[in-house]
Amino acid sequence: MNNAEKKPRTKREPLIYITKRSDLSLKKSLLIRAAVILGGILCCAIITMLLTGVNPINVFGSIINGSFGTPGKLWNLLQAAAILLGISVAVTPAFKMRFWNTGAEGQVLIGMLASVACMFYLKDSMPSFVTIIIMLVASTVAGALWAGIPGFFKAIWNTNETLFTLMMNYVAMQLVSFFLLFWDPSHGYLNPLNSDTKNGWLPTLFGRKQLIIILIVAVITALVYVYLKRSKQGYEISVVGESENTARYIGINVKKVVIRTVLISGALCGVMGWLLVSGNSHTVSTTLVGGNGFTAIMVSWMSKFNPIIMVFSSLLVCFLQRGAGQIASDLGTEMPGASNIGDVLTGIMILFVVASEFFVSYDVHFRRRTEKADKEVEKNVHA
Amino acid sequence: MFKKILALSLAVLMVSGLMIGFTSCSGGNEDFKVGFIFLHDENSTYDKNFIDAANAAAAALGLTKDQVIMKVDIDEGPECYDAAVELVEEGCDLIFADSFGHEDFIIQAAEEYPAVQFCHATGTKAHTKKLPNFHNAFASIYEGRYIAGIAAGMKLKEMIDAGEFTAEEAKIGYVAAWPYAEVISGYTSFFLGVRSIVPTATMQVEYTNSWFDIALEKTAAETLIAANCKLISQHADSEGAPKACETAGVPNVAYNINTSSIAPNTALISSKINWVPYMTMIIEKTMAGKGNEIPYDWCGGFNEGAVALTELNTAVAAEGTQEAIDAAIAAFKAGEIKVFDTSKFTVGGQTLTEYLADVDTDANFTKDTNVIHDGYFDESASDKRSAPYFDIIIDGITVPAAN
Repeated sequence: MNNAEKKPRTKREPLIYITKRSDLSLKKSLLIRAAVILGGILCCAIITMLLTGVNPINVFGSIINGSFGTPGKLWNLLQAAAILLGISVAVTPAFKMRFWNTGAEGQVLIGMLASVACMFYLKDSMPSFVTIIIMLVASTVAGALWAGIPGFFKAIWNTNETLFTLMMNYVAMQLVSFFLLFWDPSHGYLNPLNSDTKNGWLPTLFGRKQLIIILIVAVITALVYVYLKRSKQGYEISVVGESENTARYIGINVKKVVIRTVLISGALCGVMGWLLVSGNSHTVSTTLVGGNGFTAIMVSWMSKFNPIIMVFSSLLVCFLQRGAGQIASDLGTEMPGASNIGDVLTGIMILFVVASEFFVSYDVHFRRRTEKADKEVEKNVHA
Repeated sequence: MFKKILALSLAVLMVSGLMIGFTSCSGGNEDFKVGFIFLHDENSTYDKNFIDAANAAAAALGLTKDQVIMKVDIDEGPECYDAAVELVEEGCDLIFADSFGHEDFIIQAAEEYPAVQFCHATGTKAHTKKLPNFHNAFASIYEGRYIAGIAAGMKLKEMIDAGEFTAEEAKIGYVAAWPYAEVISGYTSFFLGVRSIVPTATMQVEYTNSWFDIALEKTAAETLIAANCKLISQHADSEGAPKACETAGVPNVAYNINTSSIAPNTALISSKINWVPYMTMIIEKTMAGKGNEIPYDWCGGFNEGAVALTELNTAVAAEGTQEAIDAAIAAFKAGEIKVFDTSKFTVGGQTLTEYLADVDTDANFTKDTNVIHDGYFDESASDKRSAPYFDIIIDGITVPAAN
């Protein structure tokens, strides 16, 4: 743009150039998003046809059927989205502070392990709600600890938190493997605990076990939203994230904020681990977080760290994931590789969604040698 | 704008509601639906064996495509329960799951939906849970492995007779997935089959601790070959071991797949479970409204057609192998031979007269039932359970030291 400012009408203008949009009406931004998503769907359709020869209408039918085919599927979609949302919201305070916490997977997993350990040793020695509270406390502490270690090292010795938190994931996985073998040396596999007494299980509301998970995540999301947007600590997080020097200048204790925020982030991940155990799996294995800890990072970024937008982002991601699963089930047994098509389509759609943010933030111009184009350039340059 | 969207989505909802209503109103057998839950898709030989059987049974019974719903890549976790609930809601009257770790989640669904029949392969809990709508199944695959062992033994004998190595050097290698009873029962029966031909044979086992890992299985086979194993067999689901054997020119015996196309110069034979008879039976029973008559535990053998051997690769096999196989199958059908005949093996130099196995699954893996009677270890007995419980390391077999 600086170039253009000096010479607004060079002989060889770039073929494409971009400018930052400053004022975009909501209607137009929605329109751009819709257009890009439509483009994504079209792209998916073409790729499906080229790779499989299957009618893309059938594939889209499968995707929709995967989430809305039966009431149970809809509930499962909502539950999957709630779990992803909960973890996304949990990682957000750290990310907003520009603390690259890639360890959510491990923090949730260690939270699960803590809850399962409580169930394994307490069995039904206490009333169910007491067990649940003990599990919650244990998981919260475990998650906070798992994030707190890298957070502490970062604050004191400025270690690289991306690598540190990432490595902590593998430590958590190995710990889970260790305990599974410790508890069951012959199989290394733990069946759902207390399936007869349901001790430590969250109650099933209105006949749907998913409901309580959704409700708890809704509360967490609301709390984090208020914390980030309305509290003093939330403001401190944004300042530290924008510029540590500014934060120091206005008298924020950066080390304290970093450690506190990372502990909160980890604790929330731990709470999600508790929710996964108490509300859903009632057991633990290294795969039960299922990559949600990593997907959550994408969701958090895609939503610009806004918990309310995350509701929609996680719904979209889970809708696509479940659609991918449905494609695998509908076509996978007759066409090898169909189960991977679903993942390819999910990837394409997410790429397009991320791209739509680009088109919302920036205006793309093509070189046109017309009066109108020249005027437009002029207008943009002087705007 | 908002009103339009609302109206549109309501319309869509109502139409789909009508469609669901219509599909569930028709009567008779066209209404019948069966759902399958598979751990992986057909890239896994284990699941492919089930998928092929499900398709064959459905085709033989004239089920249409809409009456069969298959869910693949369902992990051994709560998503298995979710998948089962989805299948129930899609109208399935019968649901089948194929992996050991699915069991508890299937039981959870079975308790909630008593009107739907649930069948689970390789599980252990139906005979103690006693739910009228939950059933386990397996096959006496140890008999198939014993016969594959006979074929392997005859090949070894041919090599000994040709002077390639002495009878004392006849060591076989076994690529095993996990140290579970199912696997131990499998390699022991294979070993006893070999020993029925070459009494001096020994066996070395390598575990991969994974059901499906091409690289690990290949490495394990190479390790065994380097340790002077003259023949390799396996209980793991990939083609890693047969490929390694073909490269090294070592005869091999596989499981569940015909490997003669992968290893044309070394593949001997494979034993496999044929699930078609079981699937046919459960679909027929459920369609007739007699789902509760499906046995808690079903263990098919040669008589039921549940255990099978793939075509013998005559280019590799020793002369007379096919005749020996046919004779052994006939003997099993007539009940004349027992694989785990206690006079044919020793443990720590002793002959077993009594052995408590963990037949009734509980949290502490208590050894609860004596399974030796009339001079043999009664594996997968009809009055006990279908899934194997032979978990003894017998003399002549070396396993890696537990770490």
